Amino acid sequence: MNDRFAFTIDGVEVQGRPGQTIMQAADEAGIYIPRLCSHKELAPHGSCRVCTVLVNGRPQTACTQPAGPGIIVENSSEALLAIRCNLIEMLFIEGNHFCMFCEKSGNCELQALAYRFGIMAPKYPYLFPTRELDASHPDIFIDRNRCILCGRCVRASRDLDGKNVFQFVGRGPRKRIAVNAKTALADTDAARADKAVSACPVGAILRKRVGYGIPIGQRMYDAAPIGSDIEAARAHPHK
Amino acid sequence: MAKPKVATTSLAGCFGCHMSILDIDDRILKLIELVDFDKSPVNDIKKFTGRCLVGLIEGGCCNEENVRVLQDFRAHCDILISVGDCAIMGGIPAMRNTIPLKECLDEAYLNGPTVYNPTKTIPNDEEIPLLLNRVYPAHEVVTIDYFLPGCPPPADTIWEALTALLSGKPLTLPYQLIKYD
Ligand code: SF4
Ligand code: SF4
Repeated sequence: MNDRFAFTIDGVEVQGRPGQTIMQAADEAGIYIPRLCSHKELAPHGSCRVCTVLVNGRPQTACTQPAGPGIIVENSSEALLAIRCNLIEMLFIEGNHFCMFCEKSGNCELQALAYRFGIMAPKYPYLFPTRELDASHPDIFIDRNRCILCGRCVRASRDLDGKNVFQFVGRGPRKRIAVNAKTALADTDAARADKAVSACPVGAILRKRVGYGIPIGQRMYDAAPIGSDIEAARAHPHK
Repeated sequence: MAKPKVATTSLAGCFGCHMSILDIDDRILKLIELVDFDKSPVNDIKKFTGRCLVGLIEGGCCNEENVRVLQDFRAHCDILISVGDCAIMGGIPAMRNTIPLKECLDEAYLNGPTVYNPTKTIPNDEEIPLLLNRVYPAHEVVTIDYFLPGCPPPADTIWEALTALLSGKPLTLPYQLIKYD
């Protein structure tokens, strides 16, 4: 098909195809736009706002905004980095993130974004909310202390696992992830191999009896920042 | 010329960050050529002897004594650095922050499965520093100038930071040295 069109991201010309979002086109071009609630296999959600870019000067989420001919996208300005840092810092202080004993540490996308952005400490006071844990299921557990309300588990369970195990309840600061069962996760048909489990970007839904499976130094984000895989494609263009 | 002075303290921490300071291995010989240690558990000097260039803070504030020591450090040090996750976000001691203080004390001294406490008293001697309602990160009590995350921060992180500050260079850590675990 030859209906490709050109637009720019931070002044670099990028090719897009009709139906692509800005994020998809950027990924293909080897330009990383930071993201959290977005997941390659899932429909975009547009809720975390981390992928906010300026499109012709207006803030838009790159995961939902279609690419279009001639649009001018700004992705890596100081101002956008500041907004993204604020979002990440707020997610840290709104939950209880004890990375020092979290099994997801080193493979966690929230933590990895904080590392990539060079966040040494959040500027906001910690809230230390009371959040509930659900360890009722024999193979998986939910630790809401670490949940960032990205909705990936909701989408993955519904659209990939065909199960509908997870759903949000409550609004505003009371919003939390819940299970579609009378009482607890054990009463659902959630299973160890569910995509909903692996889709969680943080340590909020984890498999039991895995623990600290990968040695420090070999974990996903120990050596290179999140997004490096996408950026590597730019160094070695394959088409 | 007198060498710049460094002070260190462990507040609500486990001394792991101090172990990491010692973990700079033989670079410690270079360090004592560069600086003198003032108040610190490393040399057991209990009171500040004068103005310090750098204060290294391990641990957050869980009791009133921690707050007083931290304020004393702020008063005596030009640059205060939060070293480690406990100073930065409360760390393991802050796990009590989601539980009311009374419940914590009751569990520790009255209801815990291994507690033997026939008089049913919760320690309350005036020699014991009063517990705060929760554990506070250091920068929520005084102004902190730099943060070195990690549990503990690797010796290399501490070394990089100290040598940068001592030579007046900006403190920028490479990606691999920014870790929260
Ligand atoms: S979920 Fe991520 S950010 Fe939260 S405690 Fe675990 S590793 Fe840290
Ligand atoms: S449990 Fe995980 S996947 Fe589900 S909303 Fe929370 S952070 Fe997202």
